[in-house]
This record gives sequence, C-alpha cells and structure tokens, in this order.
Amino acid sequence: MKKNPILRETSHLLIPAILLFALYVQFHGDYGPGGGFQAGVIFASAIILYALLHGVKSAEQVVSLNLAKTCAACGLLLYAGVGVVGMLWGGNYLDFNVLADNPIDGQHWGILLIELGVGLTVASVILAIFYAFTKFKK
Amino acid sequence: MMSLITDLYAYWISVLLMMVGLYIVIDHNNLFKKLIGLNIFQTSVFILFISMGKVDQGTAPILKDGFETFSNPLPHVLILTAIVVSIATTAVGLALVVSINKYYKTINESEIEAIEREQE
Amino acid sequence: MHTPALQVIIPLIAAPLCCLLPKSRLAWLFTTLVSLSTFAISVLLVWQVHSVGVIDYEMGSWPAPLGIKYHIDSLSAFILILISAIASITLLGARSIIEQEVSHRKHALFYTAFLLCLTGLLGIVATNDAFNVFVFLEISSLSTYALIAMGRNRKALMAAYEYLIMGTIGATFILIGIGLLYMQTGTLNMFDLHDRMPIIGGFNSVHAGFAFFTVGIFLKLALFPLHQWLPNAYTFAPSMVSVFLAATATKVALYLLYRVFYTVFGFEFSFSTLHLGAVLLPLSIVAIIVSSLIAIFQSDVKRLLAYSSLAQIGYMTLGVSLQTQAGLIASMINLFNHAFIKGALFMCLACLAYSIKTTSCEHMAGIAKTEPCVAAAIVVGGIALIGLPPTAGFISKWYIVLAVLETSWWLAIVVVLTSLLAVVYVWRVVEQMYLCHPIDNIQQGTPVPMMLLSCTWVMIFLSVYFGIDNRFPVRMATMAAEVLMP
Repeated sequence: MKKNPILRETSHLLIPAILLFALYVQFHGDYGPGGGFQAGVIFASAIILYALLHGVKSAEQVVSLNLAKTCAACGLLLYAGVGVVGMLWGGNYLDFNVLADNPIDGQHWGILLIELGVGLTVASVILAIFYAFTKFKK
Repeated sequence: MMSLITDLYAYWISVLLMMVGLYIVIDHNNLFKKLIGLNIFQTSVFILFISMGKVDQGTAPILKDGFETFSNPLPHVLILTAIVVSIATTAVGLALVVSINKYYKTINESEIEAIEREQE
Repeated sequence: MHTPALQVIIPLIAAPLCCLLPKSRLAWLFTTLVSLSTFAISVLLVWQVHSVGVIDYEMGSWPAPLGIKYHIDSLSAFILILISAIASITLLGARSIIEQEVSHRKHALFYTAFLLCLTGLLGIVATNDAFNVFVFLEISSLSTYALIAMGRNRKALMAAYEYLIMGTIGATFILIGIGLLYMQTGTLNMFDLHDRMPIIGGFNSVHAGFAFFTVGIFLKLALFPLHQWLPNAYTFAPSMVSVFLAATATKVALYLLYRVFYTVFGFEFSFSTLHLGAVLLPLSIVAIIVSSLIAIFQSDVKRLLAYSSLAQIGYMTLGVSLQTQAGLIASMINLFNHAFIKGALFMCLACLAYSIKTTSCEHMAGIAKTEPCVAAAIVVGGIALIGLPPTAGFISKWYIVLAVLETSWWLAIVVVLTSLLAVVYVWRVVEQMYLCHPIDNIQQGTPVPMMLLSCTWVMIFLSVYFGIDNRFPVRMATMAAEVLMP
C-alpha cells in the first residue's frame, strides 16, 4: 500500500491531524463530549493507520511493543496514583478536593490527570492488541 | 395497542437486538460469528440504558447559561464503562479464537468437537 | 480508616507493577507479598468490624447516594478474609508448578492476571454500589478467562472460550437488571435501592430486573442448568488456577446472591412476593443429585472434583431456599468450609500433576507407594468432602441437616443419601491410589517440591481444624445472617 500515491499523500496530511484531534478530545472532556477513552482510541487509530500503510515494522520504530506495554502500566499507575495522593493529602481515595487550594481547582486537576492516565492506557493497550494480532505466528 | 409500540419504540428495538444477538450466539457454529452475536447483544443493552437517560426536551448534559433541562448524564458514564468492558471481552475472545485456529486449523465448533472426539 | 479502600487498591496497583517486572521469580515473590498484605488488611477489617460495627467508606468523599460507597459488615469481612487467605496459601505453593505448566515468557503476565482477578473478587465483596459490582465482576471474569487459557492442554482454549461466552452473557444479564432497577429508582446504592423497593415493588420492570439478576447470578454461580462452563474450565486450567477458582469464584457469586436478594430486593420481596424459594429448591436438589451421579463416572479426577463442586453449590443454595435464618447460616458455613476442602483437594491434584504430569484416574494407580503424603492428603480431603467427623465437611452437613429438619424430614433423607453418593466417587479414587497396582510403563515421578506439599497440608489441616474448632466460621456466619435477615 506504500506505493499507492493517493494513500501516501493523504496519510501524510491526515495522520498528524488525527493525532491533534485525539489530543483535543482528551483535554476537552469536561467541556464537551470526549475524555480519556475516546481520545486513546483515536490516537491508537492514527498509529494503526500508519502501520497499515507503511508496514508494522515502521510503526514499531515509532512506538515499539515494549513502549506500549510500559505506557499501559504507567497510565493505570497514574490513575491509581492520583487516588493515593488524595489519600495521603487528607481525603479519601480519589478525593479531588484536596489536590489544590480550593475544591474547584482540585476537581479540575483531578479529572485532567485521571483522564490522561486513561487515555495513555487505552491508546497503548489498543496498539498492543494490534501488534499482538499482526505479529502472531501461525 | 399501537401506542404500546410507538411510545416505547426504543425498548422494542433494544429487545429485538437482544434476541438477535442471543440467537446468533446460540445458533452459529463459527466462533467469530458467536463473538459478533455477543457484541450485538451487548450493544442492545447500551441502547436500553441510554434511551432511558433521555429527558423530554432536555439538552446535552453540559452546563451552559440559558438551559435548564438536561438529559441524565449518569447512564452515559455507565455505558462508557460498559463499552470498554465489551471491547476488552471482544479482544480476549478474538485472541482465544486466533489461538484455537492455530491449534485446531479450524474455527467451526462442530469440527473442533469432532477432532476432540476422534482423539479420545 | 482507609482499610476498605486499601483492601482493593493494593492488588490493583500491584498488577501493572507486576507486569513491568522482568524475572519470573521476582513476579511470584511480589505477587505473594501483595496477597499476604491483602490477607493482613482483611484480618484488620474483621477485627474492626467486631469492635466498631459496620465500616463505611466514601470514594472521593462524595456522600452516599451520589457517590460510590464501600460498606464492610460482618458478611463482607467474612468473605474478604476467606478470599485473601485462599489467595495467599495458593500463591505460597505456586511457584514450581507454574514454572512447569505455563510457558516461561508468560509468567509475569500470569501473575498480573492473578492480581487483577484477586482485585476483582475483593472489589465485588467490598463495594456497596450496584454498578461497581458489575465493573469488578467483569475485571475478575476477564482475568479468569485469560488465566484458564494458559493451561497446558489445547482444550484449555476452547474451555476458556465457552466460559467467556457464557460468563459475558451472565454479566450482561446482571447489567440489564441493574439498568432496570436504576430506571425505576434513579439510584445505584444498594441500601438506597432497598429503601425505595416498597414504593416500586409492583412494577413489571422491577420484576423483570429481578428475573435478569436471577439468571445472571445463577450463571456465575454455576447452578444447574447453567453449569456447562464449569467442568471444562476447572479441568483444563493450570493447576493453581483451578485451586484458586474452585475456592473463590463461585463463593463470590454466592455472596452476590446474598447481597442482591436479601439486601437490595429484601427478604419479603424475593421469597414471598416473587417465590424465589420455589425456583431455588428444585434446582438445588437436581444439582446435588445429578452432579454427584455424573461425578461417579468421570475418568479424570479434576473433572470429578469439578462435578463434586457443582453438587456442593447445590447444598449452599439448598440452605438459602429454606427461607429460614438457620438455612442461611448453614449455607454460609458450607461456603466457608467448602472453599478450604476443595482448595485442598485441587492442591493435592496439583502435586500429582507436578509429579506424574497427569490427573487421570487410571494413571494414579498405586500412587500411594510413591507419594504417600499426597495420597494421605487426598484421603483426608475425601473424608471432609463426604462429611464425616472430625472434618469441616461434617460441620457443614450437620448444619444443613439441622436447618432442613426444621421444614421437612424427607429433604434431610435426600441430603444424607447424596452424601453416600460422595462416598462412591471418593472411594473410587482412594481404591485406585491404595489398592491397585501401578501401570508398568509409568516412570518414577519427579518429587513434589516442599513448598507445594506444605501448602497442601496447611489447607488440609485447616479443613480438619475448622471441623474441630468451628467457633470462627459459626460465629461469623451467625453474625452475617443477622445482618441479612434481622
């Protein structure tokens, strides 16, 4: 598929736009439809589109399987870590009110960090699933 | 009688999809098609939940001045989680089917049973 | 004060950390330490519940009907300490047999899936929010499917696939039930649902939600006729996974039955208005009789024990269907004792699987001469399964017969006669081990490692200990039954 000029040029235009849109959806989750899960899927789909066009080996040079597995673990640890920080700073688990000086800012920070963890985990897991299926030896 | 169908059309559609999904899971021999039936079944449950969250003349559940009636956002959050669960289930199911294909060279359930019966 | 949250969070945080660990032995050590810490926290919770009463914990400091609340009372603490104890003993002896049965590059992921399964089971018990139950149920189920698929035999894949299809249908039915209840009440908190149940009890959607809950829970519980997934899943899973699942998965489903039918719907609504007892009683009796009969004809001992588990689940639901507090206490004591007895028996089979690489009955001929400790352990476990004194199985059967005699005497005869069926299949295994000559071409088995053997004997010792000193299970079960049926 790399040889087809239409696919190649369109992908060069679209893949950065898809990645940017994924980041937009990630950070506007509390103002519009969006959030971690949707953004993670869109991000992973951009990389999968690249892998479909240029081959899985080229995609692995961008995001390797080990990086995907590590990011999946780190995203979940970020989510759980925000909750633990809430516990350490006085409230219950996943209490956002204590994360900043006033509760409103605390809620904002809490949701932002948690959705970041979710987006990271979802993108890496979907990418890892894609790599696992394409590299499966018959 | 007609109002029973037209007023509650969301629930009728949801139940129809539920039955279609369950029928596909039970009837088909192909392991992939069973997973697709499972997906249809779970999607029908999502439609059931979200359709009950809609408030008459309510807008999207995002705070903005000038709007007083909002649709219920809680079913949306629940279904987001349930969609993630459904995707994870499909991923595990597909991984199992690919492994089964590697060992049995087929993904037809009756053929797999026949292979196992021959082995005994 | 953060103990209810820590009970679930510690294995949850440990799971991605375990995924990153490079070596298999480090992963095992880490997982064992984490499960020992969950056991310590559950002991702390039992002590706190005894001294303080119930413990409530609001997630994110949101008050109860709005936010998710964790509610630990006597019943939850009882099941939490059971699950964490079983997980700890299982993991302590697991290293060598996992190294033998699971391929090497999957070891870290195996322990990660184990930790996620433990998280899910602990979360189902600790939480008081109906949708949170569904989320943790799916966490534990998905990791269970992955764990079962790592078995040695290629039939493990098909067993995991069938369990996936049936388990997902069951969990989705529970989700539909939660949705229908939410539609009528607008809340997901279990106690809030209970408070609003008298107002909405007459609606068809609540009755439909009850029916969906029933089918979903019966499927997860493997009650006849929704039991088809259990024999294959227990037989072809890796040995330690069979130990853990047989001792915990159906017990947590039984806990869910108690919570949904006694706490959410209420005793009068479930049993008087909707006649759940009339459905449970015949299904339990058929489960006991049919499963015991099928167990007699099995050639693989793991499969035999799986069908025996189905029969024991029938005893537990028989106690519930009697609609008395004594029946409920008997059901809970059965739950506790059966976890240890079945866990011990499956661990003995894990020792045999390590030694002679198979668990079929004919290959176990004469094994008593080469592995006397394991054979003796199977005999003691079999005695506990039948229900003879001084084992814990006797205490379970005693309480069931006492509870059954309050309502009808012919049921007591059924219970005693089905225990005789257990004698038949236990004696088959004992006869093969002690009285038959070994098949000539079986070579001398590898010696069973010390850790695995000692963990097996710890479980066997506990199943005998709770037969002699049964104050702990009886007291906890009585307090838990007081919570559900005041």
